[in-house]
Amino acid sequence: MGKWFKSGSPWIWMTGGAVSISLIAVLGLLLLIAWRGLSYFWPADVYQWELQDQQGNKSTLIGEIYDREEVPTERLISAGHQFNQHPGEFVTRYLVKTGNREFVGLDFRWILATDIVSRSTPADVAKFERTKNGNFYGYPIAVIEDGQRLALEGGALETSLIEHINRAVDISNEALDLQKSDIGSINYEIERLRLKERKYELENNLTAERKAEIAAGIAKLNQDYLVLEKSLFALRDKAARDSVIIRDMRGEEVTLKLDSILDVNYVNHMSFIGKIGHWFTGLGRFVSHDPREANTEGGVFPAIFGTVFMVMLMAVIVTPFGVVAAIYLHEYAKKGPITKMIRIAVINLAGVPSIVYGVFGLGFFVYMLGGSLDQLFYPEALPAPTFGSPGVIWSALTLAILTLPVVIVSTEEGLSRIPSAVRQGSLALGATKAETLWRIVIPMASPAIMTGLILAVARAAGEVAPLMLVGVVKLAPTLPIDMNFPFVHLERKFMHLGFHIYDVGFQSPNVEAARPLVYATSFLLVSVIVALNLTAISVRNHLREKFRSLEH
Amino acid sequence: MESQVSQPGSAAKSLLVDRYATRRAFKDKAAQIGVTVGGTMVFVALLLIFFYLLYVIKPIFDGADIQPVTKVELQHTDSPTLMVGSDEQNEVLFRVANNGQIDFYSSVTNQLISSHTIKIPEGTTVTSSVKSSPNEQRIALGLSSGEVVVVGIDFNVTYPDNQRLITPKVQYLNDKPLLINPNGAVYHLAFDYSDSRMSFVFQDQNGVWNINRQDGEENMMTEEVEWTAYHSAIEEAPSKSLTPLMTPDHRQLILPAANKLYVYDIRDAESVELLQVVDVTRGEATVKQVNLLAGASSILVSYNTGVVSQYFQVNSDNGRLYQHIREFDHLAPIDTMAVEFYRKSFAVLSPEGELTLLYTTSQRELFDEKFDLPNPGLMSFSPRSNALIIEADKKLHLFAVENSHPEVSWSAMWQKVWYEGYPEPQYVWQSTSGSDDFEAKLSLMPLAFGTMKAAFYAMLFAVPLAIAGAIYTAYFMTPKVRNVVKPTIEIMEALPTVILGFLAGLWLAPLIEDHLPGILLLLFLLPTSILVSAFGWSKLPQKWKQRLPETYQELMLIPVIIFVGWLSFAISPTIEVMFFDGNTRQFITNDLGITFDQRNALVVGIAMGFAVIPTIFSIAEDAIFSVPRHLSNGSLALGATNWQTLTRVVLLTASPGIFSAIMMGLGRAVGETMIVLMATGNTAILEWSVFEGMRTLAANIAVEMPESAIGSSHYRVLFLAAFVLFIFTFVFNTIAEVVRQRLRDRYSSL
Repeated sequence: MGKWFKSGSPWIWMTGGAVSISLIAVLGLLLLIAWRGLSYFWPADVYQWELQDQQGNKSTLIGEIYDREEVPTERLISAGHQFNQHPGEFVTRYLVKTGNREFVGLDFRWILATDIVSRSTPADVAKFERTKNGNFYGYPIAVIEDGQRLALEGGALETSLIEHINRAVDISNEALDLQKSDIGSINYEIERLRLKERKYELENNLTAERKAEIAAGIAKLNQDYLVLEKSLFALRDKAARDSVIIRDMRGEEVTLKLDSILDVNYVNHMSFIGKIGHWFTGLGRFVSHDPREANTEGGVFPAIFGTVFMVMLMAVIVTPFGVVAAIYLHEYAKKGPITKMIRIAVINLAGVPSIVYGVFGLGFFVYMLGGSLDQLFYPEALPAPTFGSPGVIWSALTLAILTLPVVIVSTEEGLSRIPSAVRQGSLALGATKAETLWRIVIPMASPAIMTGLILAVARAAGEVAPLMLVGVVKLAPTLPIDMNFPFVHLERKFMHLGFHIYDVGFQSPNVEAARPLVYATSFLLVSVIVALNLTAISVRNHLREKFRSLEH
Repeated sequence: MESQVSQPGSAAKSLLVDRYATRRAFKDKAAQIGVTVGGTMVFVALLLIFFYLLYVIKPIFDGADIQPVTKVELQHTDSPTLMVGSDEQNEVLFRVANNGQIDFYSSVTNQLISSHTIKIPEGTTVTSSVKSSPNEQRIALGLSSGEVVVVGIDFNVTYPDNQRLITPKVQYLNDKPLLINPNGAVYHLAFDYSDSRMSFVFQDQNGVWNINRQDGEENMMTEEVEWTAYHSAIEEAPSKSLTPLMTPDHRQLILPAANKLYVYDIRDAESVELLQVVDVTRGEATVKQVNLLAGASSILVSYNTGVVSQYFQVNSDNGRLYQHIREFDHLAPIDTMAVEFYRKSFAVLSPEGELTLLYTTSQRELFDEKFDLPNPGLMSFSPRSNALIIEADKKLHLFAVENSHPEVSWSAMWQKVWYEGYPEPQYVWQSTSGSDDFEAKLSLMPLAFGTMKAAFYAMLFAVPLAIAGAIYTAYFMTPKVRNVVKPTIEIMEALPTVILGFLAGLWLAPLIEDHLPGILLLLFLLPTSILVSAFGWSKLPQKWKQRLPETYQELMLIPVIIFVGWLSFAISPTIEVMFFDGNTRQFITNDLGITFDQRNALVVGIAMGFAVIPTIFSIAEDAIFSVPRHLSNGSLALGATNWQTLTRVVLLTASPGIFSAIMMGLGRAVGETMIVLMATGNTAILEWSVFEGMRTLAANIAVEMPESAIGSSHYRVLFLAAFVLFIFTFVFNTIAEVVRQRLRDRYSSL
């Protein structure tokens, strides 16, 4: 034993243990996120519990099991629970999502296994997804079409309910479309005209003629608006035509208007294939729909769009600068104090905390640069800022500085792998240095540049702290790109997946309900970033192999 | 190179080629210049960040500036001055005389605008006059008939023809004079007036101090205010007093008399209680003036010898008592003093006209200069604190004051400061509040401490794991496994910290809270189980060992570790029931008396340690891996064991690289924002306890920056916090980089 210790072998095992722990942590984390994120879309069974508490009160509960845990009985007793007979050392406790928020107050409830009399999975219980107040669970009894109760039972009722809901959803979507695109652009036009008037006024050019012209324009737009508004209201009325009567867990019959219902599922009698289909539909909706209810329900489309748009903008800015800097460092710079300082600057830019970039971006880009831009080009909108408030362009610029070192380091590595014989050959044939660079070196280094760019994009996509200062918001009413002139609105604020995670997980009114959504968002973000990184690594490895063969 | 290209023969062709060559040379040169400029841009960017941060920070360390603007000749000077002041725009100045004469002057035209004499009943004379606290701009006159008249000075702002017009007016706050002393005249009046309450303190003809309180109650039906009067005499009062002071909340009365301050509780006007007699004797010096600082929590006592002392109430065993807090000495002899409306700045003026501007909390002397102010009288700040109005030599002098950031000083940020209402000097970060006269507490100490604490626990978790992992991966692992393991751990670096923070806050923190015994157990069981399995392996028959592939030898620990991890958590509740009464959290709080936050340093340490591991691992692994093989081979050939070679040769050679890795990791831990933001309670406390949270510089910026006003002291202090982080990481990174460069050079020479 002593000899074994002396050999150092246990310490080697310890270091091996450290690697194992790190590996477990990494993989475990990824698995945790993946599991929690993906299971969010899986349709869970809806149970009905008959409960009887220790005082003998009976009740019925319908809902999904959200979480379960073993609690020491002692803890429950010290918290004031009373048990008629001691249930053993531990009690299982279930967290149940009961939905029906407007009727039962809390849509989550802990129940103790000792209180459960029976549990069943009734086939005809349905889960309704709604635009407001979260899910609703209950037994659909009847469909009311335009005030007429349809006499339907069982399967026919189900089909009819789904049909009616689909109709209402289609009409609601149409109404939403109208509101967002047509009415939205009218409002945008009116605002533009108002700014135009103000601009003329500031320039002392507001002649009566111009004033009348603008007033006429606004009047016409208002008229168009009234027409659209009328059809919008008509659509909304049409969507609200039908309703459904549901018996909820209290045994009461509740009438829900169909225009507030997005989807209905008879989860308990769904087939496995059906569940898989539902899973994919859920995933699709998650990435393509707008968030609802203070971001705690619905999809994350605007956040995906905002992240991608900002990152692309950043890539456009950072690539030329990063590549030029790398070329300078590797091809032009002579060894000396200046080069050394630049290298130290690169290392430091990579090491400066991201929040410092946020502070710098807010002060320099937003307030100083943006503020000056506003005074020069948008005086008519003042004091409301145009570029002088956080926006997507400033976020892109801030992140461009942040990711500059990534591009530089990666490009330089690529440049250093190109055999010098290639360069010398080009120069020997009479090409200038610029030509050698442009025709020979950069094309050969392009995979390395690509790698740098991918890594920069991956870094930027995950960065949140600086964005909180320079442009990200909880809920952006409009995307940075829309159908209104000039189509691309760089000054707008945007939504971001990373910030969405922070916001929904920590600032939302109902964290418990939102948690699965946060896991799903996290999974989305992690998978994008890990995929980007793996791509970058494989591109780099491929490149290394290629040049290794070139050297021999 | 250009001319050699041309060939003899066709001149036209040579010309063409020449031109082409020139263009190529030009392009070459342009590319060179362009690339050089582009390359130096990186350096410029770093400098830009550095200097921009400095540029924003600098104003907080600049002192104040006071410049004379104009002076106005006074018209009526027969009665002494009671009060001077101005409107918010500093366009209208006014002077109130003791006899109730109010004159308004324009500081633009230097002319008298209007004049008003406070109306008093026929046949009475003014026997005393007093002004309110500066921000109220009110005056009360005590009359020989025992009545008082209260007036307020107000300014109407109108915009006829888009031009600002400020019209001063005098408002009578009561319909008719109030009788407060039926038996005689009112002397030495002090008053406080609010919507439904008026308090008057005065000395009657017999030298007895009296208090008169009027409480108004609005009649629900008629909406008329009905006033009820309370009256009593104040006992144990000095017969002579400087101007009595009343706090604007009708709570306290301060009678300054002969180096003593008599403090009374006047909340109940019918039983006034002497709270404390504060001795403010200071050798031979005589008290010149006693003022309430903005917010009325502090008393400023100025002495003729050039000293100002600050007193405020501090909780002690005998209740809340006034205590000497700090003093400003070495000032010029003091003639008069003025306090700001809302901030804790005050100005003192010497008989020779030396004007000094000071701030209590930061203990800063912001400005000191001698002006030509013969026979100075009263002095007052303007409502926005951007001007001083000084009466001197029958003139009203208007001075422009630029004093944006008095509350920040080096000592206020990094040393203990005694704030109003606190029992002792403390480090406190509390930047904003709802009230106007809030004393900003801008100590960066708790934040810097929180940063250090978070980094410390993170490093405690990360360094052993990362370094040990790097040693194994670089030195013992077969290349095939290494090629998989290294990128896997490194990919962690790319994982967004917001996700780590989210998991730490919403998953890990409750998990740890529920399974505390399991976590403790894990700390002990993990190393033990590794050792036991290692020992077991060494005792395994050779035949069995050969069956398992050597390559994955140590990775066989993975199932062991997973099992131990699962086991610790599984038996955690049982241990909890057996040893901690079924609830560890309550056990820690109640039995051990340790504060326990759910989001604490332990959670942050693990989560941030996790974020730092890949940084340290990657650099350290590179350093160890690139130790030249011939060194270790030599050592092994001389008969050293693997472990001996590692510790005596490889690690020693690679130690600068490992050091640099730790530095890099530390730099990252210090600046990390999202994890601490989400996994701690973000309370700025100074506790090392692993079960309590912290607030770091970075998280503080993220929380407070979006809501701080541009250009405010708060905004600039947050920039300073960012600058501190910048410098901090700059130092760490530069050290790490220099060390790494040296190491690289040494390896290449080996």
